[in-house]
Amino acid sequence: MGLRAPGLRMTPMVRRRFANFRANRRGFVSLWIFLVLFLISLFAEFIANDKPILASYDGGIYWPVFSSYAETEFGGDFETEADYRDPFVADLIEDKGWMVWPLIPFSYRTINYDLEVPAPSPPSAVNWLGTDDQGRDVLARLIYGFRISVLFGLALTAMSSVVGVVAGAVQGYFGGITDLVFQRFIEVWQGLPVLFLLIILASVVEPNFWYLLILLLLFSWMALVDVVRAECLRVRNFEYVRAARALGVGHSGIIIRHVLPNATVSALTFMPFILSGSVTTLTALDFLGFGLPPGSASLGELLQQGKANLQAPWLGISGFVVIALMLSLLVFVGEAVRDAFDPRKVWAR
Amino acid sequence: MSEAPLVRVQDLAVSFRTESGEVEAVRGLSFDIWRGETIALVGESGSGKSVSALSILQLLPYPTASHPKGSITVEGEEVIGASARRLRALRGNRISMIFQEPMSSLNPLHTVERQVGEVLMVHQGMRRGQARARVLELLGLVGLDDIAKRLKAFPHELSGGQRQRVMIAMALANEPDLLIADEPTTALDVTVQAQILKLLRELQARLGMGMLLITHDLGIVRRMAKHVCVMKDGEIVEQGETAEVFASPAHPYTRHLLTAAPKGAPLEAPADAPVVLECDDLKVHFPIKRGVLRRTVGYVKACDGVSLRVREGHTLGVVGESGSGKTTLALGLLRLGLSAGPIRFEGADIQGLGVAAMRPMRRHMQMVFQDPYGSLSPRMSIGQIVGEGLRVHEPGLEAGEKRGKISAALVEVGVDPDTQDRYPHEFSGGQRQRIGIARALVLKPRLVVLDEPTSALDMSVQAQIVDLLRDLQARYKLAYLFISHDLKVVRALSDEIIVLRNGVVVEQGKAAEVFERPKTDYTKALVEAAFAFEAQDTA
Repeated sequence: MGLRAPGLRMTPMVRRRFANFRANRRGFVSLWIFLVLFLISLFAEFIANDKPILASYDGGIYWPVFSSYAETEFGGDFETEADYRDPFVADLIEDKGWMVWPLIPFSYRTINYDLEVPAPSPPSAVNWLGTDDQGRDVLARLIYGFRISVLFGLALTAMSSVVGVVAGAVQGYFGGITDLVFQRFIEVWQGLPVLFLLIILASVVEPNFWYLLILLLLFSWMALVDVVRAECLRVRNFEYVRAARALGVGHSGIIIRHVLPNATVSALTFMPFILSGSVTTLTALDFLGFGLPPGSASLGELLQQGKANLQAPWLGISGFVVIALMLSLLVFVGEAVRDAFDPRKVWAR
Repeated sequence: MSEAPLVRVQDLAVSFRTESGEVEAVRGLSFDIWRGETIALVGESGSGKSVSALSILQLLPYPTASHPKGSITVEGEEVIGASARRLRALRGNRISMIFQEPMSSLNPLHTVERQVGEVLMVHQGMRRGQARARVLELLGLVGLDDIAKRLKAFPHELSGGQRQRVMIAMALANEPDLLIADEPTTALDVTVQAQILKLLRELQARLGMGMLLITHDLGIVRRMAKHVCVMKDGEIVEQGETAEVFASPAHPYTRHLLTAAPKGAPLEAPADAPVVLECDDLKVHFPIKRGVLRRTVGYVKACDGVSLRVREGHTLGVVGESGSGKTTLALGLLRLGLSAGPIRFEGADIQGLGVAAMRPMRRHMQMVFQDPYGSLSPRMSIGQIVGEGLRVHEPGLEAGEKRGKISAALVEVGVDPDTQDRYPHEFSGGQRQRIGIARALVLKPRLVVLDEPTSALDMSVQAQIVDLLRDLQARYKLAYLFISHDLKVVRALSDEIIVLRNGVVVEQGKAAEVFERPKTDYTKALVEAAFAFEAQDTA
């Protein structure tokens, strides 16, 4: 039956699933591309920033990425944080030292005041993908936007999965009146108009990452309830569940140890699709203007700008390419996961 | 008898493609089936009986399955590689099959008339009116009572025996030359089994068809088949005239099968041993609710007025046909299901105790379940399964100590303790049942409820499990509540017996007495059905 790595417990089933996952070349490659892109975007501050990573001034070493230094420390006039992009400050530092700049010397909210044409300016040697209508570098905004989209998606997916799995397990395991009441509640809850609630929220507070996460969580946890519930309804009548009850195992113990493991397959299969759904939701809200606060790096806002500035196609095109790439990668990964867990697919070919 | 056999199977091999390469399920199989004769394929589960039968109809999951060698001819016509059209003409028309599980073999959405009529309409092009007349005739042939009313019945409205009769009617609809019966009675109660077998024999005599009978039950073979092929691991180890094979088995495996029935007598335990579990007038009633307001209009009395007493070191056998309330009674006694009436466990009334109050009691009352495949969680290792009770009742146990206790319990039931990191699917049915027993034993209980612990197992494995149970009882003075429909197994273990019918105790007493002098007709029928084959053997 093949080799068994010592110490590492790989049941034949897990091994088969992994082989099936790898056999889907497109999904496997997509996962790697996605992970690399995500890892890069996690270090966005070192790739696209309006502060140098490292500076040397008068024999001292400074890390502007990590801490803020007042302009006076470099012999300037103001006590505010140094603006390293200001030619005056840059000259001061270069006189007595040097600076190491990130690859892209713009952050997502840095406005490039040295544009030769009015914003939005087309791609150039300075702004590789051009600038948006406020003179901010499109590439820098894409990198930060990608990061926040994926992080938001991951957080929403993780939280709604936890809530959904718990709710589904409770309904499925206890069944009867619990199940009935919960199901009717979900039906009513699903009928609430999410967009209106967001508009109301936007008029009360300024929505930020966490407000949006919590509000969307209120409505996205239901995605997994049905699959988990169905699985639990099936499993709760199995003899091994009865056996556990005969041993005196409590309800929570039975759910966690006996019932839920059966639901993991269907839940895991759904997860990549929930992730891409969450990303899309955030983008859509940003596009409509009910999303992240103004000024944040957001892919939806870039698309919105692309729509408003049809004469500047680089905005729409670059936004589209990044979103399309991200969602395609996630869907491909999701397909591979689904293949991996498909019990009818027996051989890795 | 015609010159050529009806079906000739020669040097047949069946292979399945799996993850780890080709697996040979059947090798070098050869036998002939003649008109008007019955040939039996016997063997334990996994010996390739059903696969062989299915390959005659080419019903295996091709191309996962393949026949690397051999030939199957039906009246001289080769079946392997025949066109789909030829095969359709063969299936259900010349060759019919009845399956083991009558519930899942019938379409739950079709009435009896439609199920049987469909065969006629498809193969003989009959119209509805014609078909109906023939359906009535067929149902009469298979001895279904009250036929006119049954025509409109759905499968769930019929009993197991009636369903199997409908299946047989479907199989006979086109007057096949060959009937393949794959464990036709295994899922049925003993009394019904006898009726169905009798019916099959009569029909065969009347219609002159050949019959291929697949079974693990040698009693059935002896009664039904002229020829027998004994299969083991995909090969025929012995074949010949049934009478000869049974009288002088040549192969050790055949001898093993013949002597495999559960035997032995219950242990001698002191009659005044302390009572472990008793109940008086126990009732389990399920309300029937009707109408918009869900008012209770009546009760299904699954158990009604059962009183029993289990003493230390004694076994109380609970027998009855399916649906007689045996399992409901057991679940009620262990407080795993609803019940009403006092239940005393070691003198303390446990009726009405809450979950928390019951928990400390649970370690002393354990249960072993019928289905060794369903009662072990497929996602937990053997060690985790057996150790589950320790986790609940002895949470402070150190890992090493716990492992030791698990190993001891596994050794006790004859399972290699080094296998405790493996998963259930790596074990055979008999081993799984041993693991199920180890799970009950690890807590050192006083009472073990055994719910049909042997009925899903092969005959020779049943005998081993019965011996194991008796051995454990002697060692730990366990009190057993042994539930079974198989009186042979019950007789090998029980001191006392309760006969249940429709939730009511119809007979109760010392085992020997009940078996020797059954008082009620129901018990008589049960005993006769169970030991009828044996009576023939000794004759």
